[in-house]
Amino acid sequence: MKKIFSSTLARGLLWQAVGWLVGALFITGIRALMGLQAIDASKFFFTEPAWVFGGLLGALFFIGGSGIVSDWFKWAKGEETSEHHEDPAGGEKYFNLSLDHKVIGIQYTLLALALFVIGGTFALIFRLELAHSGLQLLTLQWYNTLMSLHGILMIIGILLGVSGVINYLVPMLIGAQDMAFPRLNAFSYWVAVPGAVLLLSSLALGGFDTGWTGYPPLSARAPVGMQMFFLGVFVAGWSSILGALNVIASVIRMRAKGMTAFRMPILVWAAIATSLIALTATQLIGLSFQLVMFQRLLGMGFFDPAKGGNPVLFQHLFWFYSHPAVYVFVLPGLGVISELLPVFVRKPLFGYRWVAMSSLGIALVGFLVWAHHMFTSGMNDYLRVPFMYSTLLVAVPTGVKFFSWVATLWKGKIETPTPMLFVLGGIIVFLLGGLSGPPNATVATDLHLQDTYWIVGHFHDTIFGGYVFPFFAAIYYWFPKATGRRMNETLGKIHFWLMTPSFLVLTLFMMRIGLLGMRRRIADYDPALGFDWYQLIMTIAGFTIALSVLIFFINFFRSMKHGEKADGNIWNSRSPEWQVPSPMPVHNFDQPFEVVGEPYDYGLTDAPYIKFAKSTHK
Amino acid sequence: MRHFVIVGVLVAILTPLTYIGLSSAHMMPVEASAQSQIVDQMWNWDMMAVSFLLALIVVPMFYSLIVFRRKKGDTTDAEHVEGNTKLEVTWTIIPLITVLVFAYLGAYTLGETRIADPNAMVIKVRAQQWSWSFEYPDGFTSTDLHLPKDQQVVLKMQSSDVIHSFWVPEFRIKQDVLPGRVTDYRITPDMIGSYKVRCAELCGTSHAYMEANVIVTSQADYKAWVADQVAAAQALAAIPGPNAARGEKIYEQYCRACHSIDGSKGQSPTWRGLYGSTVELNDGSAVVADDAYITESIKQPAAKVVKGFDAMGFNPVNAGVTDAQIADLIAFIQTLK
Ligand SMILES: [Cu+2]
Ligand SMILES: [Cu+2]
Repeated sequence: MKKIFSSTLARGLLWQAVGWLVGALFITGIRALMGLQAIDASKFFFTEPAWVFGGLLGALFFIGGSGIVSDWFKWAKGEETSEHHEDPAGGEKYFNLSLDHKVIGIQYTLLALALFVIGGTFALIFRLELAHSGLQLLTLQWYNTLMSLHGILMIIGILLGVSGVINYLVPMLIGAQDMAFPRLNAFSYWVAVPGAVLLLSSLALGGFDTGWTGYPPLSARAPVGMQMFFLGVFVAGWSSILGALNVIASVIRMRAKGMTAFRMPILVWAAIATSLIALTATQLIGLSFQLVMFQRLLGMGFFDPAKGGNPVLFQHLFWFYSHPAVYVFVLPGLGVISELLPVFVRKPLFGYRWVAMSSLGIALVGFLVWAHHMFTSGMNDYLRVPFMYSTLLVAVPTGVKFFSWVATLWKGKIETPTPMLFVLGGIIVFLLGGLSGPPNATVATDLHLQDTYWIVGHFHDTIFGGYVFPFFAAIYYWFPKATGRRMNETLGKIHFWLMTPSFLVLTLFMMRIGLLGMRRRIADYDPALGFDWYQLIMTIAGFTIALSVLIFFINFFRSMKHGEKADGNIWNSRSPEWQVPSPMPVHNFDQPFEVVGEPYDYGLTDAPYIKFAKSTHK
Repeated sequence: MRHFVIVGVLVAILTPLTYIGLSSAHMMPVEASAQSQIVDQMWNWDMMAVSFLLALIVVPMFYSLIVFRRKKGDTTDAEHVEGNTKLEVTWTIIPLITVLVFAYLGAYTLGETRIADPNAMVIKVRAQQWSWSFEYPDGFTSTDLHLPKDQQVVLKMQSSDVIHSFWVPEFRIKQDVLPGRVTDYRITPDMIGSYKVRCAELCGTSHAYMEANVIVTSQADYKAWVADQVAAAQALAAIPGPNAARGEKIYEQYCRACHSIDGSKGQSPTWRGLYGSTVELNDGSAVVADDAYITESIKQPAAKVVKGFDAMGFNPVNAGVTDAQIADLIAFIQTLK
């Protein structure tokens, strides 16, 4: 316990609290000296500028105080730093600064899981409220806050989970010892922590009632918690941008000898496509939120019609990131599906090049479709048509993936251990997400569908199929690589068979009542619509999913210590990381390897993918 | 070859079955406008494509899972097949053509929903947190939306505060309502009945309850209703001197967005118990809320700012209020004890 309190995490959080207080008092003092209102009881003691400046300073103090940037300061002063930090053996390394991509990958994953638990709990609370019409459990304001926080916590959690998978795997898959910039890598992770704290702090500061989309003018009037939401996203955004930069640099510069572009494991292609989006689009959400922050703090009327501003402009800026962000979430998941299918089908990935190019295709077309979220917004009427064309176009590369997966399954020798079950579940659920997409794109139907539960069902299918199922598949699949033990199969199968049907019921019911008139983001609905029993079943389904995830967590933590030992190539994979013992050695590959064949040549004898160089330093 | 034939037959069976299932599941509310039939037509086309694509993926997938599952004890790999460029090109080109066709259909149906009748009736809609009000061409306002059957209407919509969205599920069409700008909603109701407009864009605390009645009647019934409303409005207007009932109408139309009358704190001070009370101001002074103070506060909101509220700049709603209306409002405020 003592070790936890002296960890980087604890120190950082302490410094964040100190910085917050210092910043808030500083502004309060200045305001008092200037004769402005210094204390605001309606905004939880401090004034809004004091809260915001405090929040910003707190994040900076976290970074400075926890020692994440000290190596860079030493370099600036001309001091040497050690090239490799050796991490201690136990679990404490996950709470401390580490430069090892594997540790950072697991840190990301653990933080993601923590945010999923919090965001998921919020969903359970308001699902309980929705089980019956009328208000039973929550006030309107609390409903709005929990619903909004559920959205953003899950989104940030997914972004961190994506970084976790990519960070842990990409260097191994390309045969590198680490990422190109290990310190930047650590920074990218640690900056997300104060960001998550800022987001959660909005709960204590009146919450916010705008949904994660934060549209002004509503967000310009929301409680001060809104500003903590903006600031939290802004800070966490750095994590995405810098992490993406690191991935791209690593893949370009650090691949093993002989690993040409089309001999990379397919997940690396997905990581590249995702990182290109995160690197170039994240700025837009940070910027759009920053503009609303300034509108609130400094009276700049960017989106205030009374001052000549335009609220629809915000939506353009916001969705220019937030649509491509969907592909940041799902491309790595689709990459995991493509990566695992050949292993469990014992056949090459069908049309490797096409699958690789489809990821890039989705990423690029994804930049041209943002206004499909705004067909009813009052944007230019005629622009809706070109945005419909570009949106429907995404179906083409997505179709290539589906057809290639099915062709991979065709005439394979299919095994279905837990990771493969989640891969198959992911394909089915993502298919439902994909097929419920075109009606939102063909504008006339979207005029009915926009802002209803149909959309809620559609995007939950997309995100679960494209992210959540593959994420679970990845954990079940690579858990032995990280721990040397495997997770329990029976519990894994119970997890899958509880979660999948409940989830299908939940989202199909969402779509059904959406079509019949259920709007999104409402705390209560008219009993005359007859949705009560649908909602009750959806709540039961939601809690069943929670139960299955609880089983997953029990399995996860139990298997770390008590799982069946698995230090070899248990899935019989061709991928480089499985050719060395588990858990993965500290510097990944003690001997460098050379790529001498294709990654997925299952079914060929004498066609190795990689060959280790002769041992030189033993 | 045998496998392909079986899968082909299964797809050919499952596609129409799915489509029949989907189209007989009563997925949409009743069609109550000319535009809803167009939207449902597009929806129908979408469902055809969905049924086919679902079968096309799901059938070979489950077929493989059943027929090609690993036999017990078999540890060998499957046959080495890397890909097939002709196939890849096929399943790129055919979806591409399909997509273009659907985009064309989407544009066509969008156009159909927007065909404008030059004789369309114009009704002004005002949305505010958390209510709707409707101003009719004959000069009266109502909190219900009455529409005559088979007559195209254009709703000229504007918001007093945040973004709202006008949606009547039975009409199918939805359009956001913005502050500072007018958006149009064009509809031709064609089924007599009572519906609800519900705000579809999250607009704050009571968003869930922001709704109003939409009543579609025959042309004759509509005319009769309008005549009643006009008579009532004229009777009200004819009462001499300041009148509280008239003031209440003005309040509902313009003031309710910001001022409450039940004592709750809104964007602006409540009116409950306001008249004759002593009001504390931002600069520390106090003033008695008499006729002069209320008149000044309506005309120049920034002149005296109540403690705990932000100063408000020019407001087009306030600036449009006439002296006679102010007198009515004061009469109304006097009733709010
Ligand atoms: Cu989108
Ligand atoms: Cu509204």
